[in-house]
Amino acid sequence: MNTPDNAVEMRSISKGFNGIPVLNEVDFEVRRGEVHALAGGNGAGKSTLMKILQGVYQADTGKILIDGKPVAIGSIQDAKSAGIGMVFQEFSLVPSLTVAQNIFLASEPLARGLINDREAVRRAKKLFDEMEVRVDPKAEVSRLGTAYWQLTEIAKALSQNARVLIMDEPTASLAKHETEALFELIERLKARGISIIYISHRMDEVYRIADRITILRDGRRLLTERLSDVAPEQIVEGIVGRKIEGQLAYRARADLAGGGVPLLEVRGLTSGPRVRDVSFALRPGEILGVAGLMGSGRTELARTLFGIDKATSGDILIKGKKVAIGSPQQAIEAGLALIPEDRRAQGLVLEHSVRDNLLLPLLGKISRGPLLDLGEGRKLSSSLIEKLAVKVAHPNRPVRLLSGGNQQKVVIAKWMGTDPEVLILDEPTAGVDIGTKSEILDMIRDLAGTGKAVIVISSEYPELLAVSDRVLVLKEGSVIQDLPRGDIADEESLQLAVQGV
Amino acid sequence: MSKTAPQPVLETSASPNFGEMLKRLDWRRYVIYIGFVVVFVFFAILLHDQGFLSAVNLLNIFRQTATITVIAVGMTYVIACAEIDLSVGSTAGLSSVVTAMAIAQWGLVPGILAGLATGVAVGAVNGGLVSLLGIPSFLVTLGMMGIAVGAAQWVTASAPQPILDDTFNTVFGSGNIGPVPGLVLWSALFVAAGAVVLSRTKFGRQVLATGGNRTAADFTGINTKRIKFQVLLISGVVASVAGMLYAGRLQSGRFQWGTGDELSAIAAVILGGTSLFGGSGTVIGTLFGSLLIGLINNGLILAGLDSSQQQVVRGAIIILAVALARKK
Ligand SMILES: Nc1ncnc2c1ncn2[C@@H]1O[C@H](COP(=O)(O)OP(=O)(O)OP(=O)(O)O)[C@@H](O)[C@H]1O
Ligand SMILES: [Mg+2]
Repeated sequence: MNTPDNAVEMRSISKGFNGIPVLNEVDFEVRRGEVHALAGGNGAGKSTLMKILQGVYQADTGKILIDGKPVAIGSIQDAKSAGIGMVFQEFSLVPSLTVAQNIFLASEPLARGLINDREAVRRAKKLFDEMEVRVDPKAEVSRLGTAYWQLTEIAKALSQNARVLIMDEPTASLAKHETEALFELIERLKARGISIIYISHRMDEVYRIADRITILRDGRRLLTERLSDVAPEQIVEGIVGRKIEGQLAYRARADLAGGGVPLLEVRGLTSGPRVRDVSFALRPGEILGVAGLMGSGRTELARTLFGIDKATSGDILIKGKKVAIGSPQQAIEAGLALIPEDRRAQGLVLEHSVRDNLLLPLLGKISRGPLLDLGEGRKLSSSLIEKLAVKVAHPNRPVRLLSGGNQQKVVIAKWMGTDPEVLILDEPTAGVDIGTKSEILDMIRDLAGTGKAVIVISSEYPELLAVSDRVLVLKEGSVIQDLPRGDIADEESLQLAVQGV
Repeated sequence: MSKTAPQPVLETSASPNFGEMLKRLDWRRYVIYIGFVVVFVFFAILLHDQGFLSAVNLLNIFRQTATITVIAVGMTYVIACAEIDLSVGSTAGLSSVVTAMAIAQWGLVPGILAGLATGVAVGAVNGGLVSLLGIPSFLVTLGMMGIAVGAAQWVTASAPQPILDDTFNTVFGSGNIGPVPGLVLWSALFVAAGAVVLSRTKFGRQVLATGGNRTAADFTGINTKRIKFQVLLISGVVASVAGMLYAGRLQSGRFQWGTGDELSAIAAVILGGTSLFGGSGTVIGTLFGSLLIGLINNGLILAGLDSSQQQVVRGAIIILAVALARKK
């Protein structure tokens, strides 16, 4: 079975944390020069398997073969010298150093014992030339966008002669054209015989670039197939563990309150260069989608509505009454809630337990006099966990240990608990598996069904089209179009609208 | 070879047996208690003949650590909120001086109020500069440390200020209630109040959340500027009470009272399991941290080590305890 064209072979890998099994006898092979997609639901063990390959964790049992030879990977250093490169989701670059300095960090070219920066720049240039991308090696990393960080990471891995590159959700923070550029780069790397392990929850991307796919479910390998040999439904079912149908189809919903006073009305809202004279109204029961390119001011609009950024002019009205929103406290009092785009930085206190995170906005609700009613808190948090089907071993465990999708559910649950009148969600399905994604979309619909108003910001058009009753298109901070769902024929026409054509 | 058998959900594992529970138990969180017991037993056996276990000696340990414990309760809030307060020792000194002078001038109650006002003023300036101007608390309180002790020395021309008010001296530090020294009651009071507020009130949770992830706390509608201001204010006021306890026990105010206490208090808080980076902390842990330091001081003196040797051994034990308690 030891075919020599396997760049990586992991055999019967098992791994548990504190007695809880996470990986169970997983076999995984990657051929030389192939793009191998690693798929599976949130918490299936994808990242854990890859961290074992990178030497971050050690497997409890199992073997790893690189180019057919057994290797012991006991540290990140071992993995690097075995030719395993990683494009970290949390980037491993030093922001204050230049691109070239980062690439050759700890392996700087020397001249007479001193670091030769000019040589580093020259070699970095050569690397980028080979990758056929344009990055200035002398630029300070902190001043570049995420796409360049990623390219620097890739160059860094290549400079260490990586034969296998692991990419864990690499497109999460890339704009459309940057994603395209990345895919082209992947093709070129592949042609050079480099293998790529590609983890993503976006099926269209997997179909676009992967040759084969391995699906993990609950810590076991479900299948490894050529993509041309499996039907899309089979993959979805494999990941989710059940059939899901029509999750991304729009269903017209009954118009609840009809005309009447809008639940939320925004008039001429302006804040900085990214929110300019924005006006719209939202009726009870309505779901408003917000579309736009990266940098079009979608997130900034959400932040201004929620009082994180201060509005320089304009009015916000709730149920026809003007409200002053200068801080998140005031926004919450006015009945707003924001599920922020970056759950780890903005949504959660990672070291705190799931329960403490859920109760943070609800402390007022569970107070008895000056003290907190801990029993009530336990009940409330358990009911939220149940309502959103968050997978947790125990509500007392730190939220950091949950997989990405479950962390996102905790953030959503936390805000659902406050029973907001207007819920704003900024990229609510980033990093979330397709099963959870359809659950989140259903939740949004249910919430609107009870007469609340919802604003959904998303870069994924199919999802936006599936839930929105109306779509607001932003460009350079201004509303360029306010389209009823019925007027948008398909994804393509939305895309054209977003580009302002 | 592809497997299709659906597996039970891994994360909701069934009730584990006792052995597994032990394995899962995060013993690092309890290092301070384990360390306390180990050191206690060690001294109890080794120093049995020197009277380590006598009631008098044990009460002495409590009495000697009481002021540090009080300061450390305030410091727990500051560190849990991911800030630091280096000015507490100097604040205690300044407050002892102000109290003594005000009692001499205007009598008991104005004296106490003046002492508290010192703490409020120092805490408010610290808190204001940190939360409104965003200056790191390390720098603000480092500066304040010099200002407070310098001011205390200046206004008194380095001279001790005697306190002749017996009520004050009895209540703040010299008196006993039955066999229990008043100082011990003071520290018990602060520990109890501090523990309840940190773990059982909205404010306490918000302090921990602010220290754990300030951005997320902001996004959750917590006024983190106010929280930062409040913890530094608390720390200042608590330090001023500690200053009055020095004044009562030593029946005088002097700028040197409290010198170096900031370091003992920080050590007690960290030993007690509060994260130096904020986000977690318990006041009960701090109490044991402070008692452990007192225990070590006491034991080393009874063992006949001289003060230079004491310093070396104490430092080594603190490093060892923190190393054991650190997260992997
Ligand atoms: N350090 C850890 N300690 C304890 N449990 C952990 C640890 N790391 C991961 N887990 C658990 O292992 C399981 C698998 O997690 P992993 O991050 O590998 O999932 P994933 O497939 O990458 O999911 P996602 O798609 O959400 O990123 C989860 O249940 C997670 O809670
Ligand atoms: Mg993952």
